[in-house]
Amino acid sequence: MDQVSKNKKSFITTFRESFTQWLKENLGIIIALLVLCLILSINPVTRNSFLTLKNVFNVLRQISSNLFLACGMTMVIILGGIDLSVGSVIALSGCIAAGAVSRYNLPLSVAVLMGLLIGLIIGMFNGLVISKTTIPAFIVTLATMNIAKGLAYVYTGGSPVRVVTKEWQFLGAGYVGIVPTPVIILIIVLIITSLIMNRTKMGRYIYAVGGNSMAARFSGIEVAKVKFFVHAYSGLMAGLAGVVLASRMYSGQPTAGEGAEMDAIAAVVVGGTSMSGGFGKIGGTIIGGLIIGVLNNGLNLLNVNSFWQYVVKGAVILLAVFIDYLKNRKA
Amino acid sequence: MESKVLLKMKNIHKSFPGVHALKAVDFELKAGEVHALLGENGAGKSTLIKVLGGIYTPDEGEIYIEGEKVEIKDVITAQKCGISIIHQELVLVPYMTVGENIFLGREPMKGKFVDRAKLHEEAQKLLDAYGMDIDAKTLVGKLPIAKQQMVEIVKAISYQSKILVMDEPTSSISDKEVSFLFDTMRTLTAKGVGIIYISHKMSELEEICDRVTVMRDGTYIATEVVRETTKDRLISMMVGRDLKNYYTRDYGNQGEVILKCENVADNNMVKGAGFELRKGEILGFAGLVGAGRSELMKCIFGLTKNYTGDIYLEGKKVNIKSPAEAIRHGIALVPEDRKVEGLYHIQSVKFNSTIEVLNKFIRFIFVDKNKEEQIAQNYIDMMSTKTPSTKQAVGKLSGGNQQKIMIGRWLATSPKILILDEPTRGVDVGAKSEIYSIINKLAKEGMSIIMISSELPEILNMSDRIYVMCDGKIAGCLGHEEATQEKIMKLAAK
Repeated sequence: MDQVSKNKKSFITTFRESFTQWLKENLGIIIALLVLCLILSINPVTRNSFLTLKNVFNVLRQISSNLFLACGMTMVIILGGIDLSVGSVIALSGCIAAGAVSRYNLPLSVAVLMGLLIGLIIGMFNGLVISKTTIPAFIVTLATMNIAKGLAYVYTGGSPVRVVTKEWQFLGAGYVGIVPTPVIILIIVLIITSLIMNRTKMGRYIYAVGGNSMAARFSGIEVAKVKFFVHAYSGLMAGLAGVVLASRMYSGQPTAGEGAEMDAIAAVVVGGTSMSGGFGKIGGTIIGGLIIGVLNNGLNLLNVNSFWQYVVKGAVILLAVFIDYLKNRKA
Repeated sequence: MESKVLLKMKNIHKSFPGVHALKAVDFELKAGEVHALLGENGAGKSTLIKVLGGIYTPDEGEIYIEGEKVEIKDVITAQKCGISIIHQELVLVPYMTVGENIFLGREPMKGKFVDRAKLHEEAQKLLDAYGMDIDAKTLVGKLPIAKQQMVEIVKAISYQSKILVMDEPTSSISDKEVSFLFDTMRTLTAKGVGIIYISHKMSELEEICDRVTVMRDGTYIATEVVRETTKDRLISMMVGRDLKNYYTRDYGNQGEVILKCENVADNNMVKGAGFELRKGEILGFAGLVGAGRSELMKCIFGLTKNYTGDIYLEGKKVNIKSPAEAIRHGIALVPEDRKVEGLYHIQSVKFNSTIEVLNKFIRFIFVDKNKEEQIAQNYIDMMSTKTPSTKQAVGKLSGGNQQKIMIGRWLATSPKILILDEPTRGVDVGAKSEIYSIINKLAKEGMSIIMISSELPEILNMSDRIYVMCDGKIAGCLGHEEATQEKIMKLAAK
């Protein structure tokens, strides 16, 4: 009994400690996010629509796919690499999963697994090539990006694969209680990713390889295995995002996920992860994803022309990274 | 003969937030002299050099060049004043030829285009004038480090520099190359160039330097004529106390053979080397750079995939294919180049100290943070590493403390065999002495230690036996009583 309460207490203190640290590390972008939310809460146009439960869940639902990708992307970028293939994997895995239901009448669970699997396989392929050769991740994933996109078009013939089964919508458009399903999945994925990065040996190895891969080799870390794992994980996350998105859109679309890799990279970089590898936290990525999500939502609520939305988004990304640069330069 | 004063730095102050890096430093350089700048890491040598080179502007103080007061605002002013700095890390462009590097930014032109023929011709003339056996048309990246350094020197001279600063130029070149470097330096001083020479190697001072200025904690301590001072005196000025027993070594106490190698080769640098290591022994490995010492150890540590030959551990034949396997066999390797092969710079002292022993405190997703802290602290204490906390980024520590972290990291694995590759390179005198006494203690406790070193005094004073390597093979083995610098050099240079 005593032992149990002691463990419980230490768990709470650990949690509090990591929370304070998270606040400290991400103070800049957290403030940016809060300011953004504040503006949208008091602006006369959005005042009544922004801070409603419905809209908050709506934002979270929208950013879930981006944050799935960003979870994998955080690891990949900390490793010193990049994964450009994730956007196309969204399209391919979504089409395959949707096709499994509508074309072959396979059970939903099998369809979902197939979608995840296709993501995992592409990720594993990326990982295999990147870990066994010295070809840069940028090039390898650029190639698989095109391959996956092409396969999605080949499979669908260019038109969406519609799914009429009602249960299909559960993952993307459904609810558990009042909470949208993708938000539940997102929370689970964030916890798993955070545990891997902060509490496992693999997590340490990712930071080690990203920080100094030569030193990692001398440390006896199996660098190839680490690279393989990270890329496989990123692929799996993209597969998940694809399935969830296809569920939300009632169809697998070969055009889905177009440019999604860039939004994921933006979330990671705004979240403070260094593109040169070795440094970054999933906690920052969450904020980065939220900023981009809230911004998209706010611009929509404000009825900003979608062409201009790109310009604003770009400017905000640059601003966020610039503040981070100023902060680091002082340190 | 009293030669004229080239450079005078007076009362130089420089502060950074939180650090008073230079406090009233004076320095003087005469024409034709080699003037050593001596001090432990963090003593302010590099800050002083950066002030001279126009990278930092001093907060206070005056600089005179040939009697004229100058203000060195930036790197270009420094160059105009005839100051050239050869940094420890070479700054040549590897994908350009030697000639292109020498004339970078001031290429001879033919109309609007670079006159490559003339460029290479001019460069070759310069190289030949200093007796350097280098083709101006080779790519710099293809030259060994020592020759790249020569190119840097020629580049500096080609700017008509009168004041040449060399920051630890011998830290990565072999003894033979060092003597060529010294010859070049003598040619330069004979022409009236003044050289400021930064080095941790005391033995080099006697050979090449005329005067020496000692700095400590950002202050000027003294300037002495090298011929009239002693090594012990200089060391005590550097560390601010007398270092009794610079080397600590208790001989004896060796057990049976723990590691035996026969005819090991890696199809490259190692061409059939064999040796025996006993329990509780410190085995020195001497030889020139490129003799294959580090490469031989890489075979033993599983870093070389396709080596041939036999390795026996405690009598049993083993086939080590990866560092992970070597670690399981109780072998540890502290690599030669800690910056490139060892440290995770932006990570904490704790991360760096415990990366080899994660199994001791991480089970699946359960991390025992207290144990982690305890392991890190334990080896900080054992190595007497100076760090503000275990959270400090390791890249911000001094070279000596970084090396202590590296050694501590591997001691945490409780190895039976500890391979140290250049354990005191870029480490200041005080930390060096501490590292020697720790190595001695470990051997006394029964650990078997292999120490590769290019510093002969270190090898001679620490080793039970010394293997000398030459061209990928063992050239000979000397016991510690019979070994001398001459004998080692004779074997190494064959």
